[in-house]
Amino acid sequence: MYAAIVFLPLIGAALAGLLGRWLGHKGAQAATCLPLIASAVLAWIALFGVVGTEEHVSVLLFTWIDSGAFEATWALRVDALTAVMLVVVTTVSALVHVYSIGYMHGDPGVPRFFAYLSLFTFSMLMLVTADNLLQLFFGWEGVGLCSYLLIGFWYKKPEANAAAIKAFLVNRVGDFGFALGIVGVFLVFGSIDLDTIFDAAPDAAGTTIRFLGAEVDTLTTLCLLLFMGAMGKSAQLGLHTWLPDAMEGPTPVSALIHAATMVTAGVFMVARLSPLFEYAPTALDVVAFVGASTAFFAATVGLVQNDIKRVIAYSTCSQLGYMFFALGVSAYGAGIFHLFTHAFFKALLFLGSGSVIHALHGEQDMRNMGGLRKVIPVTYALMWIGSLALAGVPFFAGYFSKDIILEAAFGADTSIGLYAFWLGIASAVMTAFYSWRLLFMTFHGTFRGDHHKLEHAHESPPVMLVPLFVLAAGAIAGGYLGVPMVEEPEHFWGPALLVLPGHDVLEAAHHVPLWVKILPIAAGLIGIAVAYWFYIANPAVPRALAARFGALYRFLLNKWYFDELYEAVFVRKAKALGFGLWKSGDGAVIDGLGPDGISAMTLNLAQRSKRLQSGYLYHYAFAMLIGVAALVTWYIVYGAG
Amino acid sequence: MGNAPLLSLIVFLPLVGAAAILLIRGDAAVVARNARNVALWTTLITLALAIVLWVGFDPSTAAFQFVEQVPWIPAYGINYHMGVDGISVLLVVLSCFLMPICILASWSAIQTRVREYMIAFLVLETMMNGVFCALDFVVFYFFFEGMLIPMFLIIGVWGGSRSVYAAFKFFLYTLIGSVLLLLAMLAMYFQAGTTDVPTLMATEFDHGLQRWLWLAFFASFAVKVPMWPLHTWLPDAHVEAPTAGSVILAGVLLKMGGYGFLRFSLPMLPEASAYFTPFIYTLSIVAIIYTSLVALMQEDMKKLIAYSSVAHMGFVTIGIFTLTTQGIEGGIVQMLSHGIVSGALFLCVGVVYDRIHSRLIERYGGLVHRMPVYAFVFMVFMLASVGLPGTSGFVGEFLVLTGVFQVNTLVAVLATTGIILGAAYMLWLYRRVVFGELVREDLKAILDLNRREIAIFVPLVVGVLVMGVWPDPFLRVMHASVANLMAQATPVADTPILVLP
Repeated sequence: MYAAIVFLPLIGAALAGLLGRWLGHKGAQAATCLPLIASAVLAWIALFGVVGTEEHVSVLLFTWIDSGAFEATWALRVDALTAVMLVVVTTVSALVHVYSIGYMHGDPGVPRFFAYLSLFTFSMLMLVTADNLLQLFFGWEGVGLCSYLLIGFWYKKPEANAAAIKAFLVNRVGDFGFALGIVGVFLVFGSIDLDTIFDAAPDAAGTTIRFLGAEVDTLTTLCLLLFMGAMGKSAQLGLHTWLPDAMEGPTPVSALIHAATMVTAGVFMVARLSPLFEYAPTALDVVAFVGASTAFFAATVGLVQNDIKRVIAYSTCSQLGYMFFALGVSAYGAGIFHLFTHAFFKALLFLGSGSVIHALHGEQDMRNMGGLRKVIPVTYALMWIGSLALAGVPFFAGYFSKDIILEAAFGADTSIGLYAFWLGIASAVMTAFYSWRLLFMTFHGTFRGDHHKLEHAHESPPVMLVPLFVLAAGAIAGGYLGVPMVEEPEHFWGPALLVLPGHDVLEAAHHVPLWVKILPIAAGLIGIAVAYWFYIANPAVPRALAARFGALYRFLLNKWYFDELYEAVFVRKAKALGFGLWKSGDGAVIDGLGPDGISAMTLNLAQRSKRLQSGYLYHYAFAMLIGVAALVTWYIVYGAG
Repeated sequence: MGNAPLLSLIVFLPLVGAAAILLIRGDAAVVARNARNVALWTTLITLALAIVLWVGFDPSTAAFQFVEQVPWIPAYGINYHMGVDGISVLLVVLSCFLMPICILASWSAIQTRVREYMIAFLVLETMMNGVFCALDFVVFYFFFEGMLIPMFLIIGVWGGSRSVYAAFKFFLYTLIGSVLLLLAMLAMYFQAGTTDVPTLMATEFDHGLQRWLWLAFFASFAVKVPMWPLHTWLPDAHVEAPTAGSVILAGVLLKMGGYGFLRFSLPMLPEASAYFTPFIYTLSIVAIIYTSLVALMQEDMKKLIAYSSVAHMGFVTIGIFTLTTQGIEGGIVQMLSHGIVSGALFLCVGVVYDRIHSRLIERYGGLVHRMPVYAFVFMVFMLASVGLPGTSGFVGEFLVLTGVFQVNTLVAVLATTGIILGAAYMLWLYRRVVFGELVREDLKAILDLNRREIAIFVPLVVGVLVMGVWPDPFLRVMHASVANLMAQATPVADTPILVLP
């Protein structure tokens, strides 16, 4: 059954990709959607079968790389953590597949699109079922590839191509650390098999290795290297720049890959490796610090963006930050819980915004929207549900998961935990603000764009709305469904997550003061109220603020100038260096002194010696005379003595 | 080992084919057609024999197999001694695998002096297979140097406009190496009294002499690899060579250097190899970073791939000199993978060159609109070159990293930067050539791959994916020989782990 869950999407991808020309659009859609729906159904069955079991299931396929002591196999490992991920990935993916039938209707690249989507799903499933670090890396790179292909799906657009390359390269920077982390794990543990390294991790705690000439703590170093990969994939501060640009891809892609599944791979990886991270407290602090900082940073940028998809993209970035600081304070269950609920409501928000974009024939700028609630009422209602869940309003999915994260951060009772808690609260205010700013700018007031577009605006067809209803159900009920993840973590997760005694923050989260429990809800409500005041009650305020704090506004609007910084420091420097090495290094120095130099010298010598052969007898006689004189002198000086 | 002299067949069958082509009579069209067919069938039969060799190879032993030994110049104890072990057998398979592909790739691209062209390629195959099978230094030297003659002719006669300059550069570099290799060979002969490779492996050379010999070997092999800063002949040679010439150059000739290090430097001169290892690391790291940056700025597709070859071969030399199982096996896999991938990339360039007659990147753009199959094939090899898991490029690179991390973390970290830069120049190349709007008029009528071209690419794509997902048939063959090599090469058992140079 597990093999079926993983490989059904691959079969779909192969069918649509290789035979797409013969299958036609309808055939390709059927060939990918049906296997995925089957796979999703099986994943739910698997989840109920796995939760509460003591041992994980391992399905060995065959050997991949075997070289000396190094061995990596293709195997499927299923435990509670994997099962949750299987459900999230296959469910959202199946819904996005169905939604795309409507959204991509009429695009000439339909078979290619569906093949990529299914290939992505397969890679993601290989990632979450990995039994060793190398297979994890395989899935990791596979989803990266599909992300690259799908961001650049509309390959005519230069921005889409640029964004695709950027996504791949920024992720490669993260992979740089991940790859080193894997080989480091092999060096320390002699294996990259998860069970083996988990068993050996306690003994490695506190030991040191030599790395880059310095004596460093073994597990901290390894965990930080691995976390670097997670930062790239999950768009954490510093390696986040690719995610907003990735919105150049079709909207269903943004929903599936850049919101619900792929970007959460980093969170999954850290949770999967909890038996390592638990013994590396410094690394956990770094995870919490980076997560909290990202949550705050992305929320500030989200406040001022005007592209509807970019607002949600920064919101994703920010929510991933929440998940990471949950992991950083050892609340792994809470982090995965938020991953679970976030997948539903964020996919809902993205697909909802896709519905808006679809209605307006590609318009994405919220300044050209407004008053759409009467035109597309169903979408409007669904976006409300998604936003309520995102803002953590009570009884919607996000409320449960975000609350427990913030309480756990407070309950951790460390300085880093408090840092995360307060940044988390501030971000919660901003999250609610930008969510309602989006709702108000898009759906309320009067329409500000081109009126031709409004005349043709229409509600999406049922094939797009039905998946949205399912996701909305998840955004409402997902919280109740997932509560066992944090209420009775030992039972739910079994051996999948390791929390050392003394790190049990989920327990501590129950005993925090009342104001800590209320503050997140208050933060959400304040954010909504401010947004109402800014965009409904008193629309002049935002502009006045932007003018009053011009520098800050531009700083946020330009995303803290990360792109400009990287462009100046890395991209331009690398190009200049490459050009210089080519022209002066290869051209002037190596060729100049090497082959070209030798040939020039030979030519030069030949020309000189040619001049010596003048043909005049007295020149030769003179030369002979000089020679004889030199010889005699030499003989007298050295020969005699 | 069997009754038929399998290795001699694999080595000399192409020569027989060449002789047959020589005998063809008739007008130019008949000669050309028959020459092509004879060349194709000869190489295909040779490939079949090579596969028989691979299947019949016994992976459980490190000893040389399929050995043939007959006296050649008895007065000096020189024998015609042939044999393969787990290191060389796959390189023989690689060269036999690429040959029919080269012949097919030249099918319609070469229209002048077809007979001579095919003869040159068949002679080249004999020489290449001979290099990998030879177990006598004199025989090795004969093939090693003899290989250059057909290669020169291929570049010089069927090459581009600056082929004389390229051939001259190639000549200057290899000449110095050849002379020194000959001197080293003579020195070893006078020291040990034999030119037999297995005997020499068992001979202990004086440490001082070892270093001189090692440097002489290095001069010859490093040019072939090519290692920085002896690499500048490669971009020029590639640019001027015809497509199939580039394929063989990148696919097989560059492997001679790595093979030389594995067969001669490491087992015969272990102390000197250990002594010079930091030197090799330094040059390889410079190669990886330097040439990747240079590749980023190239305007000519072939030059870009040539520079990427230098960077990829940097991984090979690092891996070989780590003297760890993973490093050496990774290095060999990387050689095989690079042979297929870079050869295929040159073929990809050849496809559009045949149609548009330009190698300049800016001349293209938006090819995917007209050539979806081509775009797919190019994408596979681009990703393999980038080292994506699931392709052959990953297995080699990753094993090398695993190997080198055990020995020196700094080298590992620096080498890993190559995977970022490698992705940068390849993705950018692909984006500029294949993606984007199709604007140029002459590209609007460009045709996708024809059946012959698809037949060329299918085995290459399959090879890349199989090696990436199930490299076991390749790795299994080399285990015993690599273990044996490590036993010969490691001078001190407990070399310290994780030290900086």
